[in-house]
Amino acid sequence: MTMNEPTSPIALMTAALASGKVRVVDLTQTLEPGGPTIVMPPELGQSWPVRIEPISRYDDSGPAWYWNNISFGEHTGTHLDAPIHWITGRYLPHNSVDTMPTSLMVAPACVIDCSAESATDADFLVTVDFVEKWEAQHGRIPPGSWVLLRTDWSLKRGAAYANLDDTGAHTPGPDAELMRWLVEERDVLGVGTETIGTDAGQGGHLDPPYPAHHYLHGAGKYGLQCLAKLDALPAKGALIIAAPLKIREGSGSPLRVIALVED
Amino acid sequence: MIVQRQRPPRKNPLQRTAAPLQPPARRSRAAQGLTRAAAQGQFALHTCQACQAVSYPPRDACPKCLSENLIVAPVPNGGTILSVTTIQISGEPYFRRLVPARQALIALDCGPTIVAEVRPDCAAGIRVRASLQLDKAGQPVIYARPEHGDANSDSDPHWRELVADPLHRRCLITDGRNPVALPLAKALLAAGAAKVVVGISERWKPFAEAAKLEALGSVELVDLDLADDQSVSALASDYGAKTDILLHTALHLRPGSVFSGAELLKARDAMEVSYFGALRLAHHFGPVMRSRGADRDNSAAAWVNLLSIFAHLSWPGFAAYSATQAASLSFSQALRAEMRGSGVRVLDVFTGPMEIDWLEHLPPPKVQPSAVANEIVAALKGGEEERWVGDVAKDFRERFTANPKEIERDLWQQ
Repeated sequence: MTMNEPTSPIALMTAALASGKVRVVDLTQTLEPGGPTIVMPPELGQSWPVRIEPISRYDDSGPAWYWNNISFGEHTGTHLDAPIHWITGRYLPHNSVDTMPTSLMVAPACVIDCSAESATDADFLVTVDFVEKWEAQHGRIPPGSWVLLRTDWSLKRGAAYANLDDTGAHTPGPDAELMRWLVEERDVLGVGTETIGTDAGQGGHLDPPYPAHHYLHGAGKYGLQCLAKLDALPAKGALIIAAPLKIREGSGSPLRVIALVED
Repeated sequence: MIVQRQRPPRKNPLQRTAAPLQPPARRSRAAQGLTRAAAQGQFALHTCQACQAVSYPPRDACPKCLSENLIVAPVPNGGTILSVTTIQISGEPYFRRLVPARQALIALDCGPTIVAEVRPDCAAGIRVRASLQLDKAGQPVIYARPEHGDANSDSDPHWRELVADPLHRRCLITDGRNPVALPLAKALLAAGAAKVVVGISERWKPFAEAAKLEALGSVELVDLDLADDQSVSALASDYGAKTDILLHTALHLRPGSVFSGAELLKARDAMEVSYFGALRLAHHFGPVMRSRGADRDNSAAAWVNLLSIFAHLSWPGFAAYSATQAASLSFSQALRAEMRGSGVRVLDVFTGPMEIDWLEHLPPPKVQPSAVANEIVAALKGGEEERWVGDVAKDFRERFTANPKEIERDLWQQ
């Protein structure tokens, strides 16, 4: 080792990024109007979709500058769910996005590929058995990890992405027992999906209803949804950086999710 | 037999688009008494309360007994032509495009002998029906057509100046999810519209009527989210100069009380599509429509705002909705003022509660979406500026005009 070679972890990482040995993968969907959002019966409160209204664009409202006013619900686009989002997490300490420990904003990921199953069954439910088979191949899910369900759903657009019919949304997700198991037996940091929610489209009909929300947030865990490009991640070894906006008592936040991947 | 006018040829892109011109617009205050009747498609003239004499043109005093107690009241519209004059040359730039013009001396059955514009097939001695119309300056004029024979005056270019007939025109329905949209598209096509473009918001949400709309033929479903400026802008880029009649049908009806915390969100959501949606449409579609008001026979012709009678008086239990309607009525008035001189008619269509799922708890009478659709087309063909659809709306208009406090108290009891 010469005097000039870096030794500190950050210096090593910097060098790895510079050399391309570590790549940065963007797991975020573009925050844009027209993107599908969660749907509730119309008599209930509705989340705002993304709106972008120009303030000026080098015009009579501002000759040399361009800027917009933006508005959206906390659970719009690629976003994080904090424990306070669900009633099971309402009394937990540090349960909102502004009090989320920053140490949790950088965490390893286990990527479970259920894209083949999801392609043939839009209502595919990932089970404990399915994840145990993944562990048999890749090793046990370490505590404090994101578990990301790769379904390739983010390759779909519009109506195919929301996949609504007269019985609601049909998108893959975890079953109830898997969620209890991931939280209680594996102590994950949270679960991430490529679909509109951490729960399956028909997750409201499971026991308990919306098990991902129920178990994750009840235990102070997090959700990431509307992720993209999970196919670019290895099954294990990626480092996720997911830092939500610091919204006072925010229940969630759109955010830029990036992954550091070693080649 | 009615021979329908052929579709106008495509525009010659080498020729300058004709700029809108106005007929003389000066009127006395007394003459404005006829404007409301013309706007609502009624035939009403000044009638003396002292001697019952009917007078025209409007005056400040009765020409028979000099009483100043004149009201504008509905009168029979029949008459007999005494003579017809053909004007070959006019000094008015507006009329120079329209000569020859035919004007007649008509002895109205209700009393006065008047000078009015007449259809070319009118001749001395024949019976005619007169109607009050708004001209391109938005001012009241009288037009007469033969009592017998073709009821459709579309063959007369002078008549076409007075109305916003959908025949051969391209129409845009801004909220295809409104239950009025499907019957409205049908009615427009039945009236000869060349094309009906229907805006659908959030097309990723299932929309059962889509197949029915597409099955009509000559219907184009497009993305249009009235709450999204970029969406309205994108549609205007493609269709702004191809929209002859814009029908703003935004419907966002939710019950609610001003005491409810949820009301603010409901009001914002409703305002986003109704009032702010109208502003976005005005910003992106308005200028080009205004500039195309004299663009030959398929010029921009009308902007229709579908409104509730509760634009005039808040409906107990529907506070946010009523506020959006009041705001939208104010928008419509502003738009009409901005469109003045363009030849684009701004039509307000007021309805009572419609037969829709949000209002299933209300007992009849409720107005059917198909009735609203048919009356919109009738109002366009008649060149109206205001149409009240259904018995509830007509009753409301009379009572609100007579005593708004009476109907306000009555709504409390319902």
